[in-house]
Amino acid sequence: MHELSLCESLLEIIEEQARVHHYRRVRTVWLEVGRFAGVECDALRFSFEIVVCESLANGAKLEIIDIPGCGWCFDCGAEVLLEDCFEICPRCGGTVQITSGKEFRLKELEVE
Amino acid sequence: MCNVCGCGQDAMAIGTHPNEHVPHQHDHEQHPEACEEHGHHHGTEPQQGRERDAGHHDYGATPARAHAPGLSQARMVRIERDILSKNQALATENRRYFAARGIFALNLLSSPGAGKTTLLVRTIAALGGQFPMAVIEGDQQTTEDADRIRQAGVAALQINTGKGCHLDAHMAGRAARSLGLQRQSLLFIENVGNLVCPASFDLGEAHKVVILSVTEGDNKPLKYPDMFQVAEVLLLNKVDLLPYVDFNVEHASAAARRLNPGIEILPVSTTRGDGMEQWIAWLFQRRADFLHRLSAKTAIGR
Repeated sequence: MHELSLCESLLEIIEEQARVHHYRRVRTVWLEVGRFAGVECDALRFSFEIVVCESLANGAKLEIIDIPGCGWCFDCGAEVLLEDCFEICPRCGGTVQITSGKEFRLKELEVE
Repeated sequence: MCNVCGCGQDAMAIGTHPNEHVPHQHDHEQHPEACEEHGHHHGTEPQQGRERDAGHHDYGATPARAHAPGLSQARMVRIERDILSKNQALATENRRYFAARGIFALNLLSSPGAGKTTLLVRTIAALGGQFPMAVIEGDQQTTEDADRIRQAGVAALQINTGKGCHLDAHMAGRAARSLGLQRQSLLFIENVGNLVCPASFDLGEAHKVVILSVTEGDNKPLKYPDMFQVAEVLLLNKVDLLPYVDFNVEHASAAARRLNPGIEILPVSTTRGDGMEQWIAWLFQRRADFLHRLSAKTAIGR
């Protein structure tokens, strides 16, 4: 539901960076989206197209880089891969603290 | 797949229109303007790109797989910025503003109808003006909630987000500043009723408080994990209705702890008053800790 405002923030960064890196057009946007970032990628693509349509990123392609969920087990200290954010440790059944998968970053742009 | 222009045979199609994919030429000759301008063509015009994307979901990896390194007039710019960095910066500014004035701010999160406003009205009555208080109310429409708070005798400012589903740090910061908060105030920020989006937006508060009413079902923590992961305390509200609903307090608590091992869980009924003492005690303790941390910091600063 909040993907539209996330795209507005994304466009703000793109416009701000245009002044720093001197580009006039954006062709591709690479976003890192963590598994637990709370971002719905379909809604994000839909919103992105609407938000950028009158900007320097009009028609830009949105590439989403999936960041897997990782965690650290409180009980056995293992670093584990997580499918769901409420998963228990696959090794010992302990409680896991999420260490990655919440990322939502603008990584790179292809610009002209 | 080529990550410069996004073309390639191994592009993954997910969705309802896999047949709409129109393979485009990979000969770098579809870009006449670019040719005139830069003497080199690459890939497709955005118009064509849009057409191609209409029925096609591409999931690329990194630009390292570009098929034409150095041949495009386009260039890569590394940005590495969190999308929410602007909100985060404003939240940090709000936090500084609150710290400078000893204002203890709480961000109240729940789905609509879980009892946030009733909790506030009851809390205001229980605290009975022991310290200055103010409330920021977030709703899509109407000033109903702010009116209820004002009737309880506390300054309130209503933010109508219109179509927005959450408060952000900019809205909260503006509201807090225009409320003219006294020093050492207790500020409640009642977020828009929504169990999803408000979890992602830091407002500069000291703590997030999530309220789940027993009428919503004990499976909500696992269904809407974000909210329960970011909160310090969970108020299980409407426990007076427990005899009438199928809600297992143990299940809900275990689910919340699975998501957030450190979360404190307080069963309350904001209408009947159950658990209000524990909630008020939590408020006092956390506010005292907050003020203690501030004074410790000031002492170090001196």
